Amino acid sequence: MDLASAKMIGAGLACIALVGAGVGIGNVFAALITSVARNPAAQAQVQPFAFLGFALAEATGLFGLAIAFLILFVF
Amino acid sequence: MAIEIHPLEQFTVERLIPLHIGKLDISYTNSALLMTLAVGLITALTVFGTRKAALVPGRWQSVAEMSYEFVADMIDTNAGHGAREFLPFVFTLFMFILFSNLLGLVPYSFTVTSHIIVTFALAAVVFVGVTIIGFVRHGAHFLRLFVPAGVPAVLLVLLVPIELLSYFIRPFTLSIRLFANMLAGHTMLAIFGGFAASVGFFAIIPLGVDVLLVGLELLVAALQAYVFAILTCLYLRDALHLH
Repeated sequence: MDLASAKMIGAGLACIALVGAGVGIGNVFAALITSVARNPAAQAQVQPFAFLGFALAEATGLFGLAIAFLILFVF
Repeated sequence: MAIEIHPLEQFTVERLIPLHIGKLDISYTNSALLMTLAVGLITALTVFGTRKAALVPGRWQSVAEMSYEFVADMIDTNAGHGAREFLPFVFTLFMFILFSNLLGLVPYSFTVTSHIIVTFALAAVVFVGVTIIGFVRHGAHFLRLFVPAGVPAVLLVLLVPIELLSYFIRPFTLSIRLFANMLAGHTMLAIFGGFAASVGFFAIIPLGVDVLLVGLELLVAALQAYVFAILTCLYLRDALHLH
């Protein structure tokens, strides 16, 4: 296998990390909707935590995406 | 593909005013220019915004007061009582990251926070500062932070190394989170821009995606500044109140 195709495959594999980010972000907002539906008065208290959770979950996936970009465009 | 795309070209640091002291390169770069700009804008906002302070605030005074109250509220709810004295530090951190992120979204400018060394320096200041505060406030008692209360001694053998590891990994996760978000977002914008350049008439589709992505990046820019500041508050609470 030559280097160019190995890079492509490696970048593709690195993007698998985004599965986790998708599951995580979905979980965060599903939990937000459930809790607000149960107790609409709690929305103001719960929402900042939801966005904190969203940012933290998104960041883990972006580590993988950043690796994919580095493989494709740097090396 | 006819057109070569270089999505990472936007992150190159260029020397604007070359300066050398011996072998030390202290050139004034585009990175330094954007940092100066961010600090200048924050200073202008806070100084001119509050110079003619009125009971009913005008537009600029309103923005300055709202950002101040936002950070003050964040500290009160997340860092516990007695943390108000660290408000200037967290406010500076939040405003600097926010303005760097937002200035980076201006086309053809430079994103300071897309460089790991910048975010790591910020995170290292937080980490070292919080550790020093912890030891000053609690002395050797600060080490209780690594020993969870009410855990059998057998489990402590396992838990203490985990707690230690999760403490020392903090500056890395804190800096990589901000850096990776900025790097990935801006690279994605450039890649879709490259698609637009290479498909001719159908360029409208990747261009539309780019417009949506800029909206997302605006959210991410504000959110990552918020996350950095709020995690600093949480670390401060650990140092001040030991769990």
